[in-house]
Amino acid sequence: MKTKEASGTRPDPVDTSSAGSGSENKPEKKARTPEQIRRLGTARKWGEISLFSGPALLVFLIFVVLPVGLAAYYSFYNWNGIEKLDQFIGLDNYRRAFGDAAFVHALRNNLFVVFMSLLIQLPVALAVALVLNRRFRGRSFVRMAIFAPYILSEVITAVLWLLIFQPHGPLDAVIDKIGLGGMRQLWLADMNLVMWTVFFVLTWKYIGLAIILFLAGLSGVPKDLQEAATIDGASWWQVQRRINIPLIAPTIRVWMFLSIIGSIQLFDMVWVFTHGGPAGASNTVATYMFQYGFMRSQYGYGSAVAVILFFLSLIAAALYMSFVLRRDNADEKQRR
Amino acid sequence: MTEQEKTDESDVRKDRQSHDVGKLLAITVGLSAVAVALVPLLYVVLGGFRTTAQLAENPAGLPDPWVFSKYGQVLTSSNFWHQMLNSIMVAAGTTTGVILLGTMAAYPLARYTFRFKGVLYVIFTLGLMFPLTVAALPLYLLLRDFGLIGSIWGVIIPQIAFLLPLTIIIMRPFLKALPKEIEEAAQVDGLTRVGFFWRILLPLARPAILTVGVLAFVASWNAYLLPLLVLQGDAAGHTLPLGVQQFQTRYSSDTAAILAYTSLAMLPALAFFTLMERRIVEGLTGAVKG
Repeated sequence: MKTKEASGTRPDPVDTSSAGSGSENKPEKKARTPEQIRRLGTARKWGEISLFSGPALLVFLIFVVLPVGLAAYYSFYNWNGIEKLDQFIGLDNYRRAFGDAAFVHALRNNLFVVFMSLLIQLPVALAVALVLNRRFRGRSFVRMAIFAPYILSEVITAVLWLLIFQPHGPLDAVIDKIGLGGMRQLWLADMNLVMWTVFFVLTWKYIGLAIILFLAGLSGVPKDLQEAATIDGASWWQVQRRINIPLIAPTIRVWMFLSIIGSIQLFDMVWVFTHGGPAGASNTVATYMFQYGFMRSQYGYGSAVAVILFFLSLIAAALYMSFVLRRDNADEKQRR
Repeated sequence: MTEQEKTDESDVRKDRQSHDVGKLLAITVGLSAVAVALVPLLYVVLGGFRTTAQLAENPAGLPDPWVFSKYGQVLTSSNFWHQMLNSIMVAAGTTTGVILLGTMAAYPLARYTFRFKGVLYVIFTLGLMFPLTVAALPLYLLLRDFGLIGSIWGVIIPQIAFLLPLTIIIMRPFLKALPKEIEEAAQVDGLTRVGFFWRILLPLARPAILTVGVLAFVASWNAYLLPLLVLQGDAAGHTLPLGVQQFQTRYSSDTAAILAYTSLAMLPALAFFTLMERRIVEGLTGAVKG
């Protein structure tokens, strides 16, 4: 450790050189040497840091880190949550998951939602945002209305659409009325159709967020860039493709991240719709975990599924973070 | 009129024409989007003014005659008000807790220099990668051991914990950006750093606190998995999402009542949150951009 010059005697909050050493020093009553006062300063600083960050850290460690750690730990055991935790079975729970067709199906359902969101929601939302990116009457009303479904809870959304999709419900009535009675389906009870129905409702609920995010991004694109391009004879589409879309790429990435993470963790809506049914057709990894973990009290196996879920989110987050961290570091260097 | 002027004029006309086409397109797309978003919501609100018999006869029709008894039934049910109150208490508790703990934790991370600062920040931000779903099973057992099952604290405290990363990520850059001179002036005036935090930093951080608060409130208000695990037992102890879902299962034959219940559960939040649209968008992008 470096020795500090005399000026280090005041309780300097930005004193790095001695950090970490003073936390156990108690104040002494005798005449203080500059060294003691300096230590007092660092002790005080560490006291303040623990006072400020301590409670949050404690709550975070107990209710987030500990359960996640326990999930990893339980995942190596065969355990029903009540008896002694002593049946260590190594990786058997993981093997069992990947060997279970129902689990693999659930995993595929999550990936279905991930890719369909990118494939359908992204272009549609982008197109709508580009078209709406201009002044017109009632613009703020349109924005609020588009945003409304996003604000609803997934549970209320699911109950709402459950009523719309019910046999002889309003959707069937409308289909009959326009003379397409043959198109009537068991929207949530048909094994081949149920995930499409879920995806449709997810799109209804979440596409508004994408549109609003993109509009917010577009409002940040300098107008003179677009004007200059138009004067140079660029068509509307060329302006979008060469200027607007590239410039809101960061916003698009933010949305992709939110969408992928959300799709991986999908639970509420499916649970209210179908509990993962019929016959597991609409299970996601999360509903599968809930069924085995809570309803069948297989805490060991459920935990293994939770860990797999964690790794799926981790992969998505790591990919994203590598983008963001690189950019942040560049920012930091610029500031110096 | 010279040739030049003619072409100029036709350019302008063409320009205006394409402008009009764009505007027309925007209005058409905008109105269709509004219809897609709002028609299902209208169906729920209007459906509550019908009887189940009306709904069965003509599922997609309008109320004829208007029936107010279903809404009256919900508004006079004690369960509905209990659930509303529970939702408000859980959301308010979560929001207050996360703002307080999160801002306090973000303060040293933003304005102190100390060893392990980077580590501490990374620990909190890594929390973003731990969704509640992953922790749900052990968390349930933990809450059971703490005797928090059935108590709203069993929902509030874990929700605070899981919202901390987001809060710290939003608060830290904001606190960091406040000018150093304010802090020095406070020191000269004899304010301790703790006093500085309470009396000066918290009031100054109001915009960021509002953003974080809205996000936390929305997340808590809409939460389902944790209340589902913790608030077992009778309906009076539920939050609204839980209550709506249970009501829907229990009274599945009374569609009109479900519609009334659902619309009363969603309307206040909808009205409040759409007004907060900008804050929510700001918060979400801010959080992910880091």
